[in-house]
Amino acid sequence: MTKLSKLLEAALFASARPIPTDELKALVPDASRAELASALDELREHYDVDGHGVELVDAGGGWQILTRPEYTEAIERAQLASRPQRLSAASLETLAIIAYRQPIGRAEVEEIRGVSVGSMLKTLNDRGLIDVVGRAEGLGRPLLYGTTELFLEHFALRHLSELPRADELAVALRNEPRAS
Amino acid sequence: MIAAPLPETAGSEVQPEGGFVVELQSFSGPLDLLLTLVRDEQVDIYDIPVARIAEQFLKAIKGLAIDEAADYLEMAARLVRIKAQMLLPRGDGEEGWEDPRAELVRRLLEYQQMREVADVLERHGEERRNRFARAFIPQLAPPPAGPLALSLHELLAAVDRVLRITREPTIHDVVPRALDVDGAIEAVRRVLQLRERLLWQEVLPPGAEPWQVLSLLLALLELARRGEVRLAQETPFDNVEISRDEAVETA
Repeated sequence: MTKLSKLLEAALFASARPIPTDELKALVPDASRAELASALDELREHYDVDGHGVELVDAGGGWQILTRPEYTEAIERAQLASRPQRLSAASLETLAIIAYRQPIGRAEVEEIRGVSVGSMLKTLNDRGLIDVVGRAEGLGRPLLYGTTELFLEHFALRHLSELPRADELAVALRNEPRAS
Repeated sequence: MIAAPLPETAGSEVQPEGGFVVELQSFSGPLDLLLTLVRDEQVDIYDIPVARIAEQFLKAIKGLAIDEAADYLEMAARLVRIKAQMLLPRGDGEEGWEDPRAELVRRLLEYQQMREVADVLERHGEERRNRFARAFIPQLAPPPAGPLALSLHELLAAVDRVLRITREPTIHDVVPRALDVDGAIEAVRRVLQLRERLLWQEVLPPGAEPWQVLSLLLALLELARRGEVRLAQETPFDNVEISRDEAVETA
């Protein structure tokens, strides 16, 4: 491995959070973007080709060294680490709505889900998956919510744009119901 | 509307007529339930037989407790209203007639779309869930303490200590001691008749008991409240200067 790859490996090992490419660049100011990219490629290949228990993943808004899924069970059984709890269907629905419509207020989420979501929003906020991103104009200036970096990390997304676009979904919204 | 006996757990009872049995807890809301009914009945979402679906919906939420049913009841009311609107006669090709189901269809589709996104999120989340980052902080309770290392001698010594404590219980006598606020008020008044101002310490006998100090404190506060005295203290914990309140005297 090149020196640059080793340096990146060390930095990624030391960091608790995914590191975006821009921040990796700060490690080596004189390296070009292309050099950085090829060093990351080299590191990824090193893990993949030589057969390591970890791999280099670009998700959650940055680069991260993660264990390979096939070892998860063994690690968990030995109580060395445990997987986070699965989110409930209701949480996932709420997050989906916020991810697509952000910034969005509570009333609009409730309108789409058909249930009250006050405590749900608080829970998601406490877990760091959503955050208050502003206030709407209008009566009571309701809080507006948006998704966080942790949201991207939790769902292993590089960017929100990785979610399917509205027109790619199986159910496309039509303005008019079909004439019966 | 107020159900006297608490209804059984949400809709889980088996219905004798062999109808649709729903476990409401498995639904994330009324739209979820409605969508499931539409699917199970295999009807066109754009042409929902409202009467039938409304009936199924009501049946499903029958066992729901009032406090968890609000969202479902609202939807039920909406369905019943649409059902009624559908029954209104209308002329063929009547202008300006709007399908009363239109809004419901729009909401159902919108909801269905979000469900699809939720599924995408779930898949992604599951993938990520199966990988650990290095700095993963386990959310486990602290591991149970190891087995006890204890010799017989130590155990017996401990038993002995416990027995000795229980044999001679320490009993504290708690004696109520009334405060004498009225007495203290009189004392302060008497002194103030002779002198215009005095210090807090001067009213207290040397080596005063806590109850005496407390009585005096309450007495002073009471007198100050009534406007008979004025209390002054230059700095915190400094001596308290007590003086007659001239304003009251002249009044």
